[in-house]
Amino acid sequence: MNTRDIGTIYRKELTDSLRDRRTLMSTILIPTLVMPALMFGVGRIATSVVARARREIPDVMILGGSDSPGVTALLSKAGKFHVVPASADWRQLISDKKIRAAVEIPAGFEAGLNAGSAPPVVIYHYQGELKSGLAMDQLDAFFVRVRDRTVAARLAERGLPPTLANPFATKHANVAPPEKVGGNLVGGIVPYLIIVLCFTGAMYPGIDLTAGEKERGTMETLLCSPVDRVDIVLGKFLMVLTGSLAAMFCSLVSLGVSLAYVGSMAAGGGRGGSLPAGETAPMVDPAGVLGVLAMVLPVAVLFSAIILTVALFAKSYKEAQSYVAPMIFIVILPAVVGMLPGIELNGRLALVPILNLSLVCKEMLSGVWSWRYIAIVFASTSVYAAIALAIAVRMFKREDVIFRA
Amino acid sequence: MIEARSLSKTFRDRKRGEILAVDDVSFRVLPGQIYCLLGANGAGKTTTLRLLATLLAPTRGTAVVAGHDVIGEPGRVRARVGFLAASTALYGRLTAREMVTYFGRLHGMADAAIRERLRLLATELDMGEFLDRRCDRLSTGMKQKTSIARMLIHDPEVMIFDEPTLGLDVMAARAVVRFVRDCRDRGRTVVYSTHVMAEAQKLCDVVGIIHSGRLRAEGTLEALRAQTGEADLEEIFVRVVSQ
Repeated sequence: MNTRDIGTIYRKELTDSLRDRRTLMSTILIPTLVMPALMFGVGRIATSVVARARREIPDVMILGGSDSPGVTALLSKAGKFHVVPASADWRQLISDKKIRAAVEIPAGFEAGLNAGSAPPVVIYHYQGELKSGLAMDQLDAFFVRVRDRTVAARLAERGLPPTLANPFATKHANVAPPEKVGGNLVGGIVPYLIIVLCFTGAMYPGIDLTAGEKERGTMETLLCSPVDRVDIVLGKFLMVLTGSLAAMFCSLVSLGVSLAYVGSMAAGGGRGGSLPAGETAPMVDPAGVLGVLAMVLPVAVLFSAIILTVALFAKSYKEAQSYVAPMIFIVILPAVVGMLPGIELNGRLALVPILNLSLVCKEMLSGVWSWRYIAIVFASTSVYAAIALAIAVRMFKREDVIFRA
Repeated sequence: MIEARSLSKTFRDRKRGEILAVDDVSFRVLPGQIYCLLGANGAGKTTTLRLLATLLAPTRGTAVVAGHDVIGEPGRVRARVGFLAASTALYGRLTAREMVTYFGRLHGMADAAIRERLRLLATELDMGEFLDRRCDRLSTGMKQKTSIARMLIHDPEVMIFDEPTLGLDVMAARAVVRFVRDCRDRGRTVVYSTHVMAEAQKLCDVVGIIHSGRLRAEGTLEALRAQTGEADLEEIFVRVVSQ
C-alpha cells in the first residue's frame, strides 16, 4: 500500500467530483437544504393548512331534533357552525366534502335531558379528513358545554356548589431539560435522515468513480499507470466516503442551525413570539450530535464500500444506478423500524446493521448513553464495514469485473 | 524490448463457456522497431496488448517487457510502458494540463519534473492553445494529442498502441501515424495493432497476423510477400487467415 499514490488518486477524484453537478447536489446541496426544508417549509405549510382549516366555519347538518328546538336553536346561534338544511343524502355530502359533519339529535333528546337522562347524540364525520375532524371537535365541544351548563344548573337548583362535579383540576409542568425535549422531538427522524443522506451522498460518487469510469473509458487509462490496484480502489473509496460524510456533515450542521433558529424564535428572539409559560424551547444535546457523528463513521464506510463494489460490477452508469438505487429500500427499512416508538435497543438489535445505528442515535440525541450498546454497535458496524471494504478491494482485482463488457 | 513467450489468455463466459482469446502467441520486438499486430475484430489483438501492458494477466505463458516479467513485476512493466488505445479516454472534467500532470504523479514523478516534461511535450505536440481547457471541451484531435502527452509524460521505453486511429479524422490519424514513426526513430520499442492495412503498410517493420487468437504469420513485409506470393498486404492478410 502506497499512501502517496492513494493521496494522488483521492485528490484527483475530489477535484473531479467537485466539478460534477450531480455529486455536488447529492453530497452538499440536498443534505444542507433537507433539514430546513422539513422544519420550516413542510412545517410552515402544515401549520398554515391547519390554521386555514381552523378558521373555516364548517357546514354541518342537523339530523332530527324537531322535538328539541332549544338545542337546535343553540347550535344555529353558536356561530361556530353553519347549519345547512337537512337532506337525505347527508352521508354522500360528507364524503363529497360538501358538508363537514352531521349531528343526529335523537327523538326526545330535550325531554330526556330535562328528565335527567337523554339518549346519546351521534356525530357523523369522515375519519382522516382534517376539516371534518375539526368540525367533529367543534360539535363535541358544543355538546360538552351544553352538558356542563346542564350540570351547573342542576347543582344550582339544589343549592350545591359547581365544584361538586369538578372538585379539582390538573396542570402540566415539564421537568425535561431543553436538550431532552429536542432529542425526543428529533431523535426519531434525525437518524433516519442521516442514514438515508449518508447513503445517497455515497451513491453518485460511488457510481461515477466505478461504472462511470468504465463507461467513459478512463478506467482503462488509469489501470495503465503503475499504481497498484489496491491503492486505486482505496483512493476511490476515500472519495466515496468523503461524499457520504459530507452529506452527513452538511445535514447535521444544517439541523443544528435550524434548531438553533427554531429555539431562538420559540424563546422570543424573533417575530414568532415567545413560548407559553412553563414550556421549554427544544434544543439538541451537542454531545449527542458528536456521538451521532462518531457512530455514523463506520456506517458511511459500510455504505461506501458496498456501493463501490456493486457499482463496479456494472458496465455503465445507468446499469449501476439500476443496481444501487433499489438498495435505498434496504437502507430505509431498518431506518424506519428504528423510528417506530417502542422499539428499544437490545443485545440482538445492536448487531443488526443500520437499525442499530438508528436506535443508538435516537438514544444519544435524547441524552441516553448506553455505553455497552454503543460499543457493540460501533464494533459490529466496523466489522461489517471492514468486510465490505475487503470485498470491494477483491472485486477491483478481478479482471472479469473491471473489463466486464 | 518485448518478448512474448507462448502467451495465452482464456476468458470464462457463462453462456459460451471457456473462450481462448489468445493462444500460444510468441513474438519479439526490438528497440527502434514497429511491430504491427494485424487482425480482424475479435482476433485477439486487444487482449494480447492488454497482456503486454499488464492490464490482464496471462492464463499461460509470459512476456518480458523492458526487462521485466509481466507476471512477476507488473508494476515495473507499467512504469516503462506507454499504452494508448481507442478505449483509453481522458477525464472530461480535468484540463489537459491536469490530466497529464495526474499521470505524471501516478508514475512517481516530482512536480518540477512533470512541469518541465509537460513544457517540452506541449511544444512538441502544439498543445499550448488548449492546455488549460477541460478535456470534455476539446476537439477529437486535441484529445488525441492530450492522450499522447499522457502516454509520454514518463518517457516510456516501450509504447503500445491499440487501434489508436479508430474514429479519428484523416488529419488526426496522420498525426498519430507520424508520431508513431517518431517514436521508432527515437529508438523506442513500438507495438501497433490495427485492422487498417494501409496504416500497417506505412508503419510496420515487422507484421504479425493474428487470427482466432493465434499468430498465423510473422515477418517483414518482404518476407510475407515471398511466403504468400501476394504483393498487397490486404491480399497477404486474406490468404493467411483463410488458410
